[in-house]
Amino acid sequence: MSKYQLDHLAQLESEAIHILREVAGQFERPALLFSGGKDSITLVHLALKAFRPGKFPFPLVHIDTGHNFQEALDFRDQLAAEIGERLIVRKVEDTIRAKGLTEPKGKFASRNALQTFTLLDTIKEFAFDACIGGARRDEEKARAKERIFSVRDEFGQWDPKLQRPELWNIYNGKIHKGENVRVFPISNWTELDIWNYIRREQIALPSIYFSHEREVIEHESQLVAYSPFIRIDEADVIVKRRVRYRTVGDMTCTAAVTSEASSIDDIIREITISKTSERGETRIDDRVSEAAMEDRKKNGYF
Amino acid sequence: MDILRFITAGSVDDGKSTLIGRLLYDSKNILTDQLEAIERQTKNKEQGTIDLALLTDGLRAEREQGITIDVAYKYFATPKRKFIIADAPGHIQYTRNMITGASNAQLIIILIDARSGVVEQTRRHSIIASLLKIPHVVVAVNKMDLVDYSQEVFFDIVNDYASVARSLDLPDVTFIPVSALDGDNIVESSKNIPWYEGAPLLELLERVELQNDVNLDNARFPVQYVIRPQTEALHDYRGYAGKITSGIYRKGEQVTVWPSGLSSTIQSIEIDGKEVAEAFTPQSAVLRLSDDIDNSRGDVIVPQSQQPTVDKEVETLIAWLDQKPLAVGNRYLLQHNSRVVPAVVQEIAYKLDVNTLERALGPQQVLLNEVVKIKLKTAAPLVYDSYAENKHNGSAILVDETSLVTVGAALLQ
Repeated sequence: MSKYQLDHLAQLESEAIHILREVAGQFERPALLFSGGKDSITLVHLALKAFRPGKFPFPLVHIDTGHNFQEALDFRDQLAAEIGERLIVRKVEDTIRAKGLTEPKGKFASRNALQTFTLLDTIKEFAFDACIGGARRDEEKARAKERIFSVRDEFGQWDPKLQRPELWNIYNGKIHKGENVRVFPISNWTELDIWNYIRREQIALPSIYFSHEREVIEHESQLVAYSPFIRIDEADVIVKRRVRYRTVGDMTCTAAVTSEASSIDDIIREITISKTSERGETRIDDRVSEAAMEDRKKNGYF
Repeated sequence: MDILRFITAGSVDDGKSTLIGRLLYDSKNILTDQLEAIERQTKNKEQGTIDLALLTDGLRAEREQGITIDVAYKYFATPKRKFIIADAPGHIQYTRNMITGASNAQLIIILIDARSGVVEQTRRHSIIASLLKIPHVVVAVNKMDLVDYSQEVFFDIVNDYASVARSLDLPDVTFIPVSALDGDNIVESSKNIPWYEGAPLLELLERVELQNDVNLDNARFPVQYVIRPQTEALHDYRGYAGKITSGIYRKGEQVTVWPSGLSSTIQSIEIDGKEVAEAFTPQSAVLRLSDDIDNSRGDVIVPQSQQPTVDKEVETLIAWLDQKPLAVGNRYLLQHNSRVVPAVVQEIAYKLDVNTLERALGPQQVLLNEVVKIKLKTAAPLVYDSYAENKHNGSAILVDETSLVTVGAALLQ
């Protein structure tokens, strides 16, 4: 490569930093949605590059479903403390109580849909006008259609048929009162880009991304962690397996993969030869229908 | 490894989505669960075939109607390159979506149905490629299986298209005969087309030289955000954060800050908190100046020897993207890099027919998907270059002041 040439990771990095700075420049009260997963950890790393030696022009916000992995929560608190940035946590549990919401029922009842209530309440509470998230377009086909600056109405709804044209690298963040914008700086990254970047930048991750022993039940060929949040039926057999997590969502809707990968290099090797997509392998919530994500987004989900 | 962003354009049944599906499938970039999903959805299940087009249509309405409405982005990689595909609709009604997808493209694949040859849509897509100055064009003559892989048919189309390319000044055009449905010349060279000696499509995409398209002249640095830690240790720190949209910046260089016109020197360039001697496009960086001048978001820092145009009047081509017509006297917000200024339409010079390139003088108003040349007057000076010379500093959007929607794509002249 010539002297004045950037490789793909450096190009993606610069694009993401540009987007983060646009958020800082265009909005009064932005927030960065942080879950303790690898994509939002990467976002925090990019924000450090975008704004240091200054402080972040936004707090980190976590919508805690109460079904999270403890390792991810610990990592979240530790990272926020380490970088000295403000962390706001709002709990789905509290929304359920305050609003008298009905908990979903069933074997792997997920609070995924209820999360949207807490998110919208939190947006209202702090009057956030922009929420930065770590969604990527390669994850899912509705996400493949979403703009980098995605305008949501006061109900948080995405209207895929009325998206603003998004040209060059000019992002139009103008909104009416009550609306907000979801911003996706790593839209153009793939799962493999994220892992390669994590390796290059030596970004620390929660331990559950690496091989560890865990009690799981096998359900329709997916391994689900044994936890108080899932219903164990008589037919279920709890077994110990060496697993790692490819994505980190709720314990109720994220499946583990059998793995001995104990380093980033091992993980990259496994992903490179994997024949299953990230969400296909690990997300139980996407299996509902072909348009599961599109429908959730239309209702205010990320 | 670098990145190639490309767009595919073709008429409704030219097989655009099938081509992308084939590219992903044959290069082993489709995973088992994704394949199973489209197998489930394939409606006309003939023995052993699946509808690869389903891979790209992401919305329920698109799957129901079997058409592409909005741009979908698809990602794949080979050991040589990462690819970002903008799969854009081809119908005239969705021209604005195509322009969205084309604005960041470094290459366009124009699909031509071998049975119909160069048609109106081919011309329109080529005109858009030429207006947006997409540096590389690949013309894929598809459905060769339906014309018995005829060399004569292919070269007739090549000759027809060559005259289109000449009239539009398209700089780099490559032709390739393919059958997306069967995978001929997509990833593997086709045995059915022995007379074609060029590389299959994927290899062409891997080989296109991109570094020559990077604009290393006329450095431009729009300030996005000012970093001021205001801590005891960094009391006087004032860093201008932004992305270098073109050119190279060097420590110690004399610069002008527009629109104030004040001069200063680059005291330091920082990337990721570390000082560097120089930085270049498309890097994001922090510039610090030796003089205490009050810069803010929207200002542009340029080397003293490489000055842009600074003016409150600008002529521009506009691709109109909104249902509400554009008319003389209308006011919009012009967003140009990090700068937003009110602008008034002073004059509509002509309307460009995107099918023929003919100019119609003095139109009263401009409708959705039309392209016009207009004159704008802005409330504050614009710091710009012509789109032809500098894509990033020559492009802007118009925003409706009341709906706040992006209504126009501006190519400054």
